[in-house]
Amino acid sequence: MPEIKIPTPLRPYTEGQSKLQAEDGTAAEVLEEITTRYPALKKHLYAEGGQLRPYVNLFLGDDNIKELQGLETPVQEGDQLMIIPSIAGG
Amino acid sequence: MKDKNQQLPDLSQDEILRYSRHLLIPDVGLEGQKILKNSSVLVIGSGGLGSPVALYLAAAGIGRIGLVDYDVVDFSNLQRQIIHGESRLGDLKVKSARDRMLDLNPEIQVDIYNELLTSDNAFEIADPYDVIVDGTDNFPTRYLVNDLCVLTGKVNVYGSIFRFDGQASVFDAQRGPCYRCLFPEPPPPGLVPSCAEGGVLGVLPGTIGSVQATETLKILLDIGEPLIGKLLLYDALDMSFQKVKLQKNPDCLVCSADPEVTELIDYEAFCGMPAHDHEEGSAGEEWDITATELAERLEQDQDLQLIDVREPHELEISRMEGATLIPLGKLASRMSDLDTADEFVIFCKSGTRSARALEILGSAGFRKIKNLKGGINQWAREIDEDLPIY
Repeated sequence: MPEIKIPTPLRPYTEGQSKLQAEDGTAAEVLEEITTRYPALKKHLYAEGGQLRPYVNLFLGDDNIKELQGLETPVQEGDQLMIIPSIAGG
Repeated sequence: MKDKNQQLPDLSQDEILRYSRHLLIPDVGLEGQKILKNSSVLVIGSGGLGSPVALYLAAAGIGRIGLVDYDVVDFSNLQRQIIHGESRLGDLKVKSARDRMLDLNPEIQVDIYNELLTSDNAFEIADPYDVIVDGTDNFPTRYLVNDLCVLTGKVNVYGSIFRFDGQASVFDAQRGPCYRCLFPEPPPPGLVPSCAEGGVLGVLPGTIGSVQATETLKILLDIGEPLIGKLLLYDALDMSFQKVKLQKNPDCLVCSADPEVTELIDYEAFCGMPAHDHEEGSAGEEWDITATELAERLEQDQDLQLIDVREPHELEISRMEGATLIPLGKLASRMSDLDTADEFVIFCKSGTRSARALEILGSAGFRKIKNLKGGINQWAREIDEDLPIY
């Protein structure tokens, strides 16, 4: 099962969980699974049209999935999918 | 970074002793220290990140350091903004910071700009400096600093923090991606909490600010591998550092070959939020209720319901009698417990989250809703002086 790392700003929507597990699949399927489990997370990841919000970046290992196959990128056992949101604190 | 043929300033006997630990490192050495003395850095923000950045750059002997901040030192700053002290409460941050820096190192020049960085003044303020360090606390200024750096060809040493998470990078559009390549648009207003709203571990800016100061020195000295094309992610809870790769966005609005943004724009309009993280929680005059008005209403009206949209742990700090706790993140799922026919006053710490709650309730058909302006902190100031303000 791949691991999905949830950044601090999104943890209020995953009941405080920093890491989630999901079944192997594409990045889109993995996100679908975790947003079904935590529906409040959905609006923070997706815009109303259903596309990923521009300020949310998904990284598989060191690479932005935009540089791989986008939301069709396969995510498998042993992989870590990281959600990197923009934060502005200073 | 500097032209090698440029005449470098000499170091005095005192400076040689002061910087001796640098002079012993072959990568810095006497010439490197002279380069630092001949360098200039502009630090935007004298807060959490700006504090360690400015202190370390001053100590390291950067010849000229500019500080931009329009704020004054507040008691709630001292948990993390270590350049300031209790004796400087109420003083201008740039003056407090300059005095501390010159105490640490009187050999340097510190320029202060007691103003908000804006599209109107940014070019002029940034002009004399080699490198810009982004230590701001809000999205509009981050986009402004980025675009300023892209348009002027300056390097943007980026750092950002929230609770236990930190990010750092070096955005140099001539050699790699810019901030907009990673984040083309800011989040919608209210979706990502600020540190004033969500909190931040006091040590966190120390870690990220130190990374920014390190990267600044590396760039000026042209040593090592700066974080160009890389984003450093720090998780203080896991104590993990991770570097991920950033690519230049060929469609970037500001740093692509055919950019759409060719001058500084109105960044508050672009982000839909003000260029500061001060809490001014208001849902708009029509939807606000003041603490005094609420106290009067509560005396007359037994049916008025109070909804507290803060997090459960905030109840330990302060609470209002009779209020129902529904944290903002759970409001959508618990809204069905509320009757649209009832009248509600929503509050949080200072009115920002409750303003967001009003939007959620309003779009679900609630009409008899008000936002407690200034939140429970304002209630504590005006009505219940026994309640702590946080």
